[in-house]
Amino acid sequence: MTTAHDPGQPYGLKTTLMVGMEIHVELDTRTKMWTDAPNVAHPDYFDAGPNTLLSPVVIGMPGTLPVMNHAAVEMSILVGLALNCAIARRCKWDRKSYWYPDLPKNYQISQYDQPICGAGYLDIPVDGSTKRIRITRAHLEEDAGKLLHDLPGGGHSDGSLVDLNRAGTPLLEIVTEPDFGSADEAVVFGQMLRDLCRHLGVTQGVMQQGHMRFEPNINVLIEKDARTCKTPIVEIKNLNSFKAVHGAILHEHTRQVEKWLEDGVEMGARSKSTRGWDDAKLVTTPQREKEDEDEYRYFPDPDLCEVEVDDAMLEAIRARLVELPHARLRRYVDELKLKEADAKAIIDEPAVTAYFERVLAEGAGALPAAKLLRNNLSKLANEKGAGPDALGVSAAQLASIVGLLDAGTVGSNVVDTLLVACTTSDADPAQLAEQGGLVQVQDDSQLEAWVDEVLANPKLQKAVEDLRGGKQQAIGALMGQVMRLSKGSANPGQVTKLILAKVRQ
Amino acid sequence: MDPTQTTLIDLRNAIASKQVSAEEATRAYLDRIDTHNDALNAFRDRMTDYALKRARAVDTGEVTGRLAGVPIAIKDCMCHTEGTTACSSKMLEHYRSPFTATAVQRLEDEGAVILGKTNMDEFAMGSSTENSAFGVSRNPWDLDRVPGGSSGGTTSAMAADLAAAALGSDTGGSIRQPAAITGLVGLKPTYGRISRWGLVAFASSLDQIGPVTHTLADAALLTQIMCGKDPLDSTSADVPVESDLHDVDGEIDLAPGGGKLRIGIASQYLDESANHPAVTAAFNEALAVYKQQGAEVVEVDLPHTEYGIPCYYIVATAEASSNLARYDGVHYGHRTGEPTPNGANAIQHLMSQSRAEGFGSEVKRRIMLGTYALSSGYYDAYYNRALKTRRLIARDFDTAFEQCDAILCPTTTGPAFKIGDKADDPLAMYMNDIYTVTTNLAGIAGVSVPGGFAEEDGKRLPVGVQLIGKAFDEKRLLRIARRYERETELWKHRPAL
Repeated sequence: MTTAHDPGQPYGLKTTLMVGMEIHVELDTRTKMWTDAPNVAHPDYFDAGPNTLLSPVVIGMPGTLPVMNHAAVEMSILVGLALNCAIARRCKWDRKSYWYPDLPKNYQISQYDQPICGAGYLDIPVDGSTKRIRITRAHLEEDAGKLLHDLPGGGHSDGSLVDLNRAGTPLLEIVTEPDFGSADEAVVFGQMLRDLCRHLGVTQGVMQQGHMRFEPNINVLIEKDARTCKTPIVEIKNLNSFKAVHGAILHEHTRQVEKWLEDGVEMGARSKSTRGWDDAKLVTTPQREKEDEDEYRYFPDPDLCEVEVDDAMLEAIRARLVELPHARLRRYVDELKLKEADAKAIIDEPAVTAYFERVLAEGAGALPAAKLLRNNLSKLANEKGAGPDALGVSAAQLASIVGLLDAGTVGSNVVDTLLVACTTSDADPAQLAEQGGLVQVQDDSQLEAWVDEVLANPKLQKAVEDLRGGKQQAIGALMGQVMRLSKGSANPGQVTKLILAKVRQ
Repeated sequence: MDPTQTTLIDLRNAIASKQVSAEEATRAYLDRIDTHNDALNAFRDRMTDYALKRARAVDTGEVTGRLAGVPIAIKDCMCHTEGTTACSSKMLEHYRSPFTATAVQRLEDEGAVILGKTNMDEFAMGSSTENSAFGVSRNPWDLDRVPGGSSGGTTSAMAADLAAAALGSDTGGSIRQPAAITGLVGLKPTYGRISRWGLVAFASSLDQIGPVTHTLADAALLTQIMCGKDPLDSTSADVPVESDLHDVDGEIDLAPGGGKLRIGIASQYLDESANHPAVTAAFNEALAVYKQQGAEVVEVDLPHTEYGIPCYYIVATAEASSNLARYDGVHYGHRTGEPTPNGANAIQHLMSQSRAEGFGSEVKRRIMLGTYALSSGYYDAYYNRALKTRRLIARDFDTAFEQCDAILCPTTTGPAFKIGDKADDPLAMYMNDIYTVTTNLAGIAGVSVPGGFAEEDGKRLPVGVQLIGKAFDEKRLLRIARRYERETELWKHRPAL
């Protein structure tokens, strides 16, 4: 990503971007927000066919009533705590009314004036230092279904089709203050928030599935003749990639400056408008707006009781706060001395992070453990098409292999073989190495016998002479023969020492 | 015995002791429905085959319970997997529910035989059943008069002995008002006492299911069976159900110290210019009965009563405008047959045209009132103000119940009115609820008991008396009411059909 130049510059203007964001996070609870129908954002139901995750409550059938999903409330509080938000001790549910065929009740159960999470903040890294992004609030609501205009698979449909699988999925809407001064900052924040939510275990965070959807609110401060003008705020709806977030903000910056130059319209009451993002043309486009868009007729939902959060509940949720990914990254690099790329790779997938932590808890050193994980285990994972944590190699087994390597009991050349053995056995890798004949021979007399045999081999005399003459790389051929004789069990370090000692005698 | 000329409990006992089989009893009621329903229009949908199947299962011993074999009618806004659940609206004329309401299920779990769905004002909005899309129900005491509403089909059926007991729902008086003017017992339990799962919502914070029966003992038994926490209804209360709730002849727990039953009366209910002489007479008679039994009469003040009707019509219509938004022809229910125009407005056209065709005029009127009350700029002036008034009304009752055990008052200002008399005057119709709405607004319990008769056009027309009690205090309320019922036994009068 590149730092944007100021689009006002060609016109002699100094302009500043002001961006706030609304982020919708689909929580991955097993069931929906108001009923026990399965939640499409839970990985078990990603591939469910259209309209298979329904219940009378989801369809809003007559006589149905919502019952709150407590897990979704807990997840929301967990995110709120991670974002340093004030958590409401009491809050209520409100109905937000609007007419749309993917909203079966024609109202959405949401939180209007009492969000579960109040003001908070998240510090993001900017140019080697940090910048505080203020969180306005985070409230919990239900997602709507989807309206399709083609048949599933792409065929033509005469009418619109409604898929209610997503209807009723718990949705956490996080709102920030307009604290982003660039597209880069917004993206960094978005990525940090995604990492944070995934590590807290509240969402799968698959962008293509719409698990996180971003809506930047953008306007521009323009300084001209010692006066500062503000362009009208534009909200970009439903962005589900960081590339789109970045592109939309950059494009709006330029577009709003140019529009202001053209018509001079400044921010005022009811001047906010809504635009979409065209991923192909890389421009924002106007969206049709209803004139009564803001007439939602909010009122407290009489079917639900207020949420009460007592001390015990809050403490139980606080205990679930894991080390947040950005703090963990710093610790891995600064204290554990991992390479930044290794640390990032381990933190990228929460399950792998947890696995790595378990390996460390088994007593393995961080550096060798990270090396094994990043090299050998990841290679195996690629081959098997599973995550490194899900191969059947337990954290204790991996830690044990680190120990065997460290003690010289096995050589790094047999690690892959040993890992494969671990995928189908719960046995201690020391035992598996023994059974597989993978233990390094450290017995000097045996090693000496192999070395003597190789050094006496007439076909290898040239290499022996070369080595004696100071050509270090000649040792490779001799080593290879010793390893072949030992069927790979010789300790390479010891063999090297022996060869050099004998050649130089 | 004639199984249709008795009470729920007597019939239950007769079936249990094999004096009459469940099938015979059910057939007797079904025959009576066949004979009289054309004149009364009490049932909107009959579940004949299902009822007989259930009755036979009782006779074979497959189905047992405290209501084994007793034929019961349910209001058309209660979901049942059998038949249609139409709320007496064209919108849901063919709607079949995939589940059964918790309250109804609990009756069936005790062996009840559900006969069918009774007619009502569309979506429970009205006081006469004149707002039903399926025609008005008739009052068995005078077929030219309404049976009250919105549970008018229920009371028409019960007064004519087309069921041994029936369920109604009460949002502002829809059980008590029709019960009073058809000579029946009607209980509106405390809000949260009986699950609303499967009760099609009119106004969620006010709606409550309750029994309509000949006697208080029958009502108490049904209440005991239906009430209690339901995990499917967040607003159902987790309050223990007393094991002797059904026993209306049991001792009344009185406040420690005095030991005397204290009957509260409030001037706000006793305007002689508003009340029909028969209503005043019934009230005085009831008061005399309590005095005679040694009760102390306490004057209580309910100063915010006069705001009950406006407060109710804001809260109820606001909630209704939202609750009824789901009927748009998209997922179920009536969908317009008119071709939809192409283009962006197609879906709006489909939804608004379906609603225009599917709803009757009173429902539309209330949706518009409620939409207005919730609109930005009016919310504080109407809805929020109504909520504040509601709290004041509840506080009036809290204060009153510090001084008395139950409040005695009329249920309605007069007996049943003639069909058509108030149909064109919504405000006059709304005033029917004047003595009942505050109970719903306060979330407390009220019961109407037969109180005697008015004479109009040479016809005897029932009126009721109402007793209002604290929240979750149905046991005492029914026992207090029983003291009066035991003296008068007015429930024994039945209309000549």
